[in-house]
Amino acid sequence: MVKMIITGNVAAAWGARLSRAEVIAAYPITPQTIIVEKLAQFVSDGDLKAEYLHMESEHSAMAACIAASQTGARAFTATSSQGLVLMHELLHWASGARTPIVMANVNRALAPPWNVWVEHTDMMSQRDTGWIQFYAESNQEVLDTIIICYKLCEDKDIQLPAMIGLDAFYLSHTSEIVDIPDQDLVDKFLPQYDPAYPLDIENPTSVGSLSMPHQWYPEFRYKIHEAMQRVLPKLNQIEEDFYKEFGRKYTGPLELYDTEDAEVVLIVSGAAAGTVKETVDMLRKKGVKAGVIRLRMFRPFPSEELAKALSKVSFVGVIDRSFSFGHEGAIFSELKASLYGLKKYLPIKNFIVGIGGRDITTNTINRIYDNCFSCLKNNKIDTPVEWIDIKV
Amino acid sequence: MKRAGIPTEEFIYSGHTACPGCGAMLVARYLLKVLGKNTIMNIPACCFAAIPGTFPDTCLGIPLLYNAFETTAATASGVEAALKIKGKKEKITVVGFAGDGGTADIGIQALSGAIERNHQIIYVCYDNEAYMNTGMQTSSLTPMGASTTTNPVGKKGGWRIRPKKNMMEIVAAHNIPYAATVNPSYPMDFIKKIEKAKSIKGTSYIHAYSVCPTGWRYQPELGLEIGRLATETGIFPLYEFENGAYTINYKKKTKEVLEYYKLQGRFRHLSDDFIKEVQTLIDKEWEKLLYKEECSHR
Repeated sequence: MVKMIITGNVAAAWGARLSRAEVIAAYPITPQTIIVEKLAQFVSDGDLKAEYLHMESEHSAMAACIAASQTGARAFTATSSQGLVLMHELLHWASGARTPIVMANVNRALAPPWNVWVEHTDMMSQRDTGWIQFYAESNQEVLDTIIICYKLCEDKDIQLPAMIGLDAFYLSHTSEIVDIPDQDLVDKFLPQYDPAYPLDIENPTSVGSLSMPHQWYPEFRYKIHEAMQRVLPKLNQIEEDFYKEFGRKYTGPLELYDTEDAEVVLIVSGAAAGTVKETVDMLRKKGVKAGVIRLRMFRPFPSEELAKALSKVSFVGVIDRSFSFGHEGAIFSELKASLYGLKKYLPIKNFIVGIGGRDITTNTINRIYDNCFSCLKNNKIDTPVEWIDIKV
Repeated sequence: MKRAGIPTEEFIYSGHTACPGCGAMLVARYLLKVLGKNTIMNIPACCFAAIPGTFPDTCLGIPLLYNAFETTAATASGVEAALKIKGKKEKITVVGFAGDGGTADIGIQALSGAIERNHQIIYVCYDNEAYMNTGMQTSSLTPMGASTTTNPVGKKGGWRIRPKKNMMEIVAAHNIPYAATVNPSYPMDFIKKIEKAKSIKGTSYIHAYSVCPTGWRYQPELGLEIGRLATETGIFPLYEFENGAYTINYKKKTKEVLEYYKLQGRFRHLSDDFIKEVQTLIDKEWEKLLYKEECSHR
């Protein structure tokens, strides 16, 4: 194992390299470019034995990944924002075809106006595509989650694709110390891809053909649902193995931070979790019972785990770095739905923060906690969905 | 084994759902006879997506991979790349098989990318000159003068005025290693060209004339005759583009466009004057092609 000071983008490229991705279909987009550049360099230097395809769009990049996966190769790609939404049709295709593709997505806002900074709307709007979704907090987590994802996605009980979100610039372009695991340890943890149904000239089949209402279409869909239900228990097991092999502990879909005795808990995903944790540390020193839950996964959505983690909490603030126009933040909606039917009423408020990469500081988070405590004290939610730091 | 120069082995079995007299079926049949067992075929949304049968049935004797409408060439690229890294590329032919809409309209970007990357694939466009699977809507390969459901004949005209896009020239502009037009009415020429495509290093593009009795509105038994007329009129010339050089494979341009047009219901509304305009255009294109061939072999 070596330690390197690298950006999130380089960590993502290392994740794909250590996972021995065999087909990399790449198309550049800011701020993802360094991922595909670094991978190209790995291939040019002979450090990664892979077919590197210079695709002419993200749409084609995903199509090539799907086809490569169906032919029996381990496929990787990376994108961001406009690129991800251009792929949308094929994201559905990838899960429908049950291809265990792993993709890094640098979370970036959507145009217009043009904006290359962090926001989660790109991935949130892929909610129903049948992809497993992770949001990383650190560069180490980016690298590790790619390896974990291949292990998870290629499992015969799962066979679904996964995307790992890393926040634009906060992770993609910020250097941190990252442990690069030894290749032989990764090889032991993640053996070569063994596809269940590769295209085979000795056993010709027709893959993806028409299926009418009275035939098998609903069953194919139901099978995806079943596989999604197996993801969290499977992940738990894989992360335990990962801990034994590499000594780094991941805790499934949620990371709980000072939640045990917390009165107010904020829920946040992505790199901003660090700022929230720091704010909690400051508040705890003053005796304020604040906590935070970092949501690592958006799909499958950890409804039961959240309900359990929030069972003793008095007030919840949900930070959404995205917005579903005409409604509210996506995590807020999902959380409310998850808590529906519980005996205890739990007041929840939605904070729309950091849109288009606007900085989230400890000051911002402090004000959010203040507001939550004041809502709790007054027994009244002032504004159910509040956009923070908006100038109009 | 071959009989009269045509491989006897079949890779399309009974049970398919093509219309009687379907040209695409003939194109696929000749194609697979030449390419043989060690072939992986991928197809987008098109007539042929509905022809081989519903899951889990297939009437094809080779692996068939379905892909999204605009991704035929990107999908073939991905299959080829995976075979390459797995060390199986030399043994297996990858063929993308798409209609005219899937090639010249929605799939043209992916096709351009795949040719530019020069994947070891054969891309076949079976050109039935409209979106036939969805019921005869105009594509950019619908010929001048045709009426379709989106270019319906009305009181103020409405039929297609624009001539069809020249896909052979588009792929030639990529300096593709090999491109050829084929027509099932000329099976020996067809087979020779697929054999050549199979032997080429890099991408091959095959533009296949594909009659459609349902959409073109003629009696199915006239298919092969209409196909011959297409080439004899110069409407669908048989030629190859290889290493930057053009070769015309059939030079007897002996028939008038009118003969071809009058057999098909889709041209029924046209005046003699309009057909003369088409004739002028076809003659001009033919002259250009002759000149390109002449320049190629100087």
